[in-house]
Amino acid sequence: MEQLKTIGRELAMGSQGGGWTGQSKEFLDLVKSIGEARSKAEEDRIILREIESLRRRIAEPDVPRRRMKEYIIRLVYAEMLGHDASFGYIHAVKMTHDDSLSLKRTGYLAVTLFLSDDHDLIILIVNTIQKDLRSDNYLIVCAALVAACKLINEETIPAVLPQVVDLLAHPKEAVRKKAVMALHRFYQRSPASVSHLISNFRKRLCDNDPGVMGATLCPLFDLITADVNSYKDLVISFVSILKQVTERRLPKVYDYHQMPAPFIQIKLLKILALLGSGDKQASGHIYNVLGDLFRKCESSSNIGNAVLYECICCVSSIHPNAKLLDAAAESTSKFLKSDSHNLKYMGIDALGRLIKINPDIAEEHQLAVIDCLEDPDDTLKRKTFELLYKMTKSTNVEVIVDRMIDYMISINDNHYKTEIASRCVELAEQFAPSNQWFIQTMNKVFAHAGDLVNVRVAHNLMRLIAEGFGEDDEGADSQLRSSAVNSYLRILGEPKLPSLFLQVICWVLGEYGISDGKYSASYIIGKLCDVTEAHLCNDTVKAYAISAIMKICAFEIAAGRKVEMLPECQSLIDELSASHSTDLQQRAYELQASLCLDSQTVEIVMPLDASCEDIEVDRNLSFLNSFVQQSIEKGARPYIPESERSSMFSVSNYKSHYQHEASSHTLRFEAYELPKPAPTPATPQISVSTRITDLVPVPEMTYYTENNQASKLPPVSDASSADHGIKLHLDGVQKKWGRPTYSSSSSTSSSSEKKINGVTHLDGVSLQSRGTSYDSKGQQSEVSAEKQKLAASLFGASAGKTEKKPTSTQRAPKANTATAERPGVTGAVSPEISKQKAASSPSPDLLDLGEPITATTTTIDPFEQLEGLIGPTPGTSTLDNSVTTSEQKAPDLMALYTDTPPSSSSSIGSASGDIHSADKNLQMAKNVPAIKKGPNPQDSLQKDATARHVGVTPTGNNPNLFRDLLG
Amino acid sequence: MIRAVIVMNTQGKPRLLKFYEFQPPEKQQELTRSVFAVLSGRPDNVSNFVEADAIFGPGTRLVYKHLATLYFVFVFDSCENELAMLDLIQVLVETLDRCFKNVCELDIVFNFNKMHTILDEIIFGGQVLETSSERVLKAVEEISRLEKSASSVSFVPKSVSGRFGR
Repeated sequence: MEQLKTIGRELAMGSQGGGWTGQSKEFLDLVKSIGEARSKAEEDRIILREIESLRRRIAEPDVPRRRMKEYIIRLVYAEMLGHDASFGYIHAVKMTHDDSLSLKRTGYLAVTLFLSDDHDLIILIVNTIQKDLRSDNYLIVCAALVAACKLINEETIPAVLPQVVDLLAHPKEAVRKKAVMALHRFYQRSPASVSHLISNFRKRLCDNDPGVMGATLCPLFDLITADVNSYKDLVISFVSILKQVTERRLPKVYDYHQMPAPFIQIKLLKILALLGSGDKQASGHIYNVLGDLFRKCESSSNIGNAVLYECICCVSSIHPNAKLLDAAAESTSKFLKSDSHNLKYMGIDALGRLIKINPDIAEEHQLAVIDCLEDPDDTLKRKTFELLYKMTKSTNVEVIVDRMIDYMISINDNHYKTEIASRCVELAEQFAPSNQWFIQTMNKVFAHAGDLVNVRVAHNLMRLIAEGFGEDDEGADSQLRSSAVNSYLRILGEPKLPSLFLQVICWVLGEYGISDGKYSASYIIGKLCDVTEAHLCNDTVKAYAISAIMKICAFEIAAGRKVEMLPECQSLIDELSASHSTDLQQRAYELQASLCLDSQTVEIVMPLDASCEDIEVDRNLSFLNSFVQQSIEKGARPYIPESERSSMFSVSNYKSHYQHEASSHTLRFEAYELPKPAPTPATPQISVSTRITDLVPVPEMTYYTENNQASKLPPVSDASSADHGIKLHLDGVQKKWGRPTYSSSSSTSSSSEKKINGVTHLDGVSLQSRGTSYDSKGQQSEVSAEKQKLAASLFGASAGKTEKKPTSTQRAPKANTATAERPGVTGAVSPEISKQKAASSPSPDLLDLGEPITATTTTIDPFEQLEGLIGPTPGTSTLDNSVTTSEQKAPDLMALYTDTPPSSSSSIGSASGDIHSADKNLQMAKNVPAIKKGPNPQDSLQKDATARHVGVTPTGNNPNLFRDLLG
Repeated sequence: MIRAVIVMNTQGKPRLLKFYEFQPPEKQQELTRSVFAVLSGRPDNVSNFVEADAIFGPGTRLVYKHLATLYFVFVFDSCENELAMLDLIQVLVETLDRCFKNVCELDIVFNFNKMHTILDEIIFGGQVLETSSERVLKAVEEISRLEKSASSVSFVPKSVSGRFGR
């Protein structure tokens, strides 16, 4: 320690610098002036001046080596602050050739920071590294290994590989350790080049130095992740190592905060989790040591919790064991109950892992989860949303998606906004309980994150509205459409809407705006004209709008009604026919053309509600045959396919020139040809049509597809493109929403209800008692009541939904029978319940979990409620109610957790958490350093003075890091 | 794997940047700035943990610790346990503290090459190499002892040889 100089002494030593850091006065001045810089611009000026002077001085001949070292360090410093120091790279490379350890190390440090592994200068270093790896001085070997790790790329691995392998048997453990890591790095870069050396890792696992063994776990973890089965034989070794570690057989130096080698334990647990996953036999070996760990780990220290958390991850990954799962659940609940945000975070993550195995665990922690949802900590909130996302069911989707949307509206981070928006859409598509709800949800998502959601989502929405449920329930479909139209007409009044949303709105209004006869054609057309006026610079929206107008006009004509052309619509057409965009022009002209057609033609061209119909493409264009024949007879030249054409006539290329321009926007590199007599009309015409068919298979042309689909004027383009359009819309739509999920869920919940009536009684009681204890603890009964309600809706609210379903979906014979049966089951108690409801509905309490069922009964028979108000004795009513609560509650939970959606399994795995409360840190930090040397006020005072002297005192008065930790 | 170690002060000035996958200097600055923007927006009594997939790509997270005027930040992917990373920061800081005796921002500014030496002993190529603060310290002291003895022994000869070299 004696060579560690304080700044004061360094200053006193002046330009020579002190110790092995060796900075000069100049460097101190530089740091000082940067510290004093008032603005970024000033700082930049100082650094640029510094770089200029370094550039000059570094190039001088015969710079003393010590001075050069300092220049290099200053260059590293300048580059760290974001300025280019590339002129000095070559000097850093040169410095690695130096014999002196200190200079060589500086050189290596600089090149590892400066150079990427494909930099041109690397080739100059490889030789040095090779030489240094054979050095007698182990520190030089270490430095070379560090550099090799960073700089050696796939091509240069063979150059150093033999030396590195030799070093695996080096007498110094520091070298063995780094050689293992370097080999691991080579494996990451290019697995093939070191595949024959993988057995070395197994050998090093038995190294008698724990540091080397610990380092070997890193490559083994990667190897096992890649290929579990070849390492099953190591399970027993890993378990025995873990056992030895927990029994404190490792040297004392590996203890960290009274835990024996926790970092090694964690790595081992990670490896065991991989090996035991889905393997009953391997898991059997692991159970024992895991049980020990759960018993031994103290949850008072941060690192203890880290190990505990890793144990939970391991338990949830290996073949399930009831006892261990209990222990894991207990630890999880400790995490969740903790005051530390870090621990709560870990708890949420652990809960996400455990519910995959046993969904009931979440129920116990519903209030803690809701607390986390309302926490000011963003990280925790997001983690909780992730958990909710995993446990969404048709029963709680409304609450969860509403919460997500509220959060989405509240944040500004576009990256996360996009993610959460796509999750909302996914959940809504999968679990939507009703059409109205689905449309409303999508409207909210589009309105608030419209420009962030994927275009595909918009196409999905349009497709869903067009296709409906895919069942033969036409009434429901048209209901859905008219509710969409209603909501869109309302939304159009809002001042600012994302472009993508407007496209959807225009399309739906065009397709279904007048289909239910509620709105007149001129009303809808007027609205669409308003849209184009409000979004003058958005051509895509305009295109959608004009196509929508055309559709409405066509529908009117086809229905035999006269289309009155509104003045604003006429002016819109005029404006667009003169537009710079050829696409808009075409649409405008098509609209004008379609207005002049007779009703039969229009009906064929633009059939009503046919966006989903399959259209067959006649790729041979056989209907043109007679026309072609005629032309040829008249003396036209026959059509030559493009493939033959390109090879045979380079001269007459120009004939197809204008087609080129229209269809493919590629540059022509060859010279224009000499003019020739005008081509006969047949050739271009046919090739035009083939070109259109050529367009068909091209994906990602959604915009044009939409165009073509809407503008079904020329039969050729119509046929081909509409087919394309349908293909495109079907892409990537995984699941139909609405009916199927809904109906199945309602039937499961109602049937399971009946089955488990007796069993679930206990459940409800325990729930209640826990709720009360929470209440008494929390003291704010009002808040907690609110939370209770939320919890009920999140974790078990299928009853609430059954009440809603019949009213909202308008086609609920099934659901109605399901609910209608209930009075038969719970008939005796229903009056009491309804009384309960009447009494407690304004401020829901713990029993409020029963509210949903009362709502159900209310819809079925309002008279019973009245009876209930007059009838029963209070004593029995509460009792009865608790019974029904449990009856009602249990099936909800079952429905909620029994079948985890397949999508959730993938997302659960990745996350883990972080628990380390600030105050705990404080205590722990106190423990170790304080014992070692204790606070040294004199030292800190001196430093303080130095800091002031140098002038880089950062914000606070006392820049000492540990002042606040050591007290 | 650990992707990066960033030490910066509470005004966002980088004090040590170490990326275990090469990043060009401009990118390093950009990443540092965005990390600082996230950290400075976080209140004191929340978790030490931020999902960083907007900055460092999908699946990455960062753990930070705010001590006096410095932020210590570790960026890593899903292979690491974040609680353990937090303790690794603790190991680093404890080692620094023992090394510099009541470490302060200034020590780190002036001795950032020594910081690098310490860090290289703890993290090697993005993997955790050594977690015992004592052993790290021993290794670092050994390096500085040898460097010093080598330079003091060669002090006179070096200047002589330098003269001969001319």
